Amino acid sequence: MNKLSVNHLLGIKDLIKDDIELIFNTADNFKEIINRPIKKVPSLRDITICNLFFENSTRTKLSFELAEKRLSADIINFSSSSSSVSKGETLIDTVNNILSMKVDMLVMRHPNAGAAAFLSRNVNATIINAGDGAHEHPTQALLDAYSIREKLGTLKDKNILIVGDILHSRVALSNIFCLQKLGANVKVCGPSTLLPKYISSLQVETETDLNKALQWCDVAMMLRIQLERQQIKYFPSLREYSMLYGLTLQKVNKLNKEILIMHPGPINRGVEITSDVADSKHSIILNQVENGVAIRMAVLYLLAGKTKPTATL
Amino acid sequence: MKERVILNSKELEFTLQRLCYELVENHGNFSNTAILGLQPRGIFVAQRIHTYLTTITGNKKIEKGKIDITFHRDDFRRRESVLIPTPTEIDFILEGKKVILIDDVLYTGRTIRAGLDAMLAFGRPSLVELLVLIDRRFTRHLPIQANYVGKKVDTIESERVLVQWKETDKKDQILLYSQK
Repeated sequence: MNKLSVNHLLGIKDLIKDDIELIFNTADNFKEIINRPIKKVPSLRDITICNLFFENSTRTKLSFELAEKRLSADIINFSSSSSSVSKGETLIDTVNNILSMKVDMLVMRHPNAGAAAFLSRNVNATIINAGDGAHEHPTQALLDAYSIREKLGTLKDKNILIVGDILHSRVALSNIFCLQKLGANVKVCGPSTLLPKYISSLQVETETDLNKALQWCDVAMMLRIQLERQQIKYFPSLREYSMLYGLTLQKVNKLNKEILIMHPGPINRGVEITSDVADSKHSIILNQVENGVAIRMAVLYLLAGKTKPTATL
Repeated sequence: MKERVILNSKELEFTLQRLCYELVENHGNFSNTAILGLQPRGIFVAQRIHTYLTTITGNKKIEKGKIDITFHRDDFRRRESVLIPTPTEIDFILEGKKVILIDDVLYTGRTIRAGLDAMLAFGRPSLVELLVLIDRRFTRHLPIQANYVGKKVDTIESERVLVQWKETDKKDQILLYSQK
């Protein structure tokens, strides 16, 4: 297996297990490269990439930008707040105008689910989904699974718990697809109002008691409560949520085993996770961020490798 | 497919030893010289050379590394499949050192060009030389020549040279494949 089965990265759902393993093995090499004195290789020097961010982002945007620069691609950045989108231009028009400036790849984050897939059908460029609404965030799931693999050696038969706002989380959905494809067992935990009604159709178990769920898992992935996506109240108060579903050092110490603690960021310290846990030896939050650059370099490299240079078309 | 043995196990051993003595003539006990095998197949040559050099010079600390050239190749996006990388392992400082680049077969010279490029990401060596087991003459696409050559062979484009090792192919030998 030496190429991806897909031409765009729209979601983990479209990938096969071999794709994920190819991305991981390629990321191993990039991880070595980003720890060198000269952290740059020339592979993508004839590629131009546009980062289209229709929604706020810190980690993902910086991580993609760094990955692109480490591969020597030319990059342009676009954020909707300072663009003509606010004047009423449609998505396809905006993107086609950008493509007329000879752009080869688009990394896009958009508040609407399916935006990346829609674009991939309508414009002629390689699309990488950097988050579309509450649908998927594939590179986050890849870097999460890669970080677990790095610490535990394998994902096979590991018990992974995802805690929090599953209903609004693209990270949760992508992670469920990714972890299951790699052979892990996935359980979600949160107040029943924040657990999607049809989650059992994904062969995911649910649990509303955090202590019980923690006892089951090898890895606990804590998610942020996405207040910006909640139009109604899903739970009485943040204080109550944090008492029942917040991860504290006390809850971790009560377990008779070691677990890994992850968080995709941004962290709301004191809500879903307390500072003493987030900064403890169990936490691999900053490893996740480092691996994010290597994973995104691997995705960009493998997708770019499937395109042809203009001169030889 | 017709195959012919260019070097058998015994001849390959003599060739490697002769190359090592040539190296020792120019680099003494290798106190300021490192050897760098090009992935994926040059690393086996580098390993053998390293073993012989350790015996000949008595220096047990000769520095040896592996370098992957995938991200520096000039045919990225020009092939059917994507080029898949192999690991790079360089646990020493290249800056100011003499470096012997090692590969099994010198053909178009493009791999060596990429190897030189990849190596420079680790520092500026004071001198770089090239050692190859087989030099396919008159096939170069770039102005690159080796300093140390095991054997020169005349081949045509459709022919293929394959170096086999005990570790991976059960037998030490070098074969030339040609379509009949």
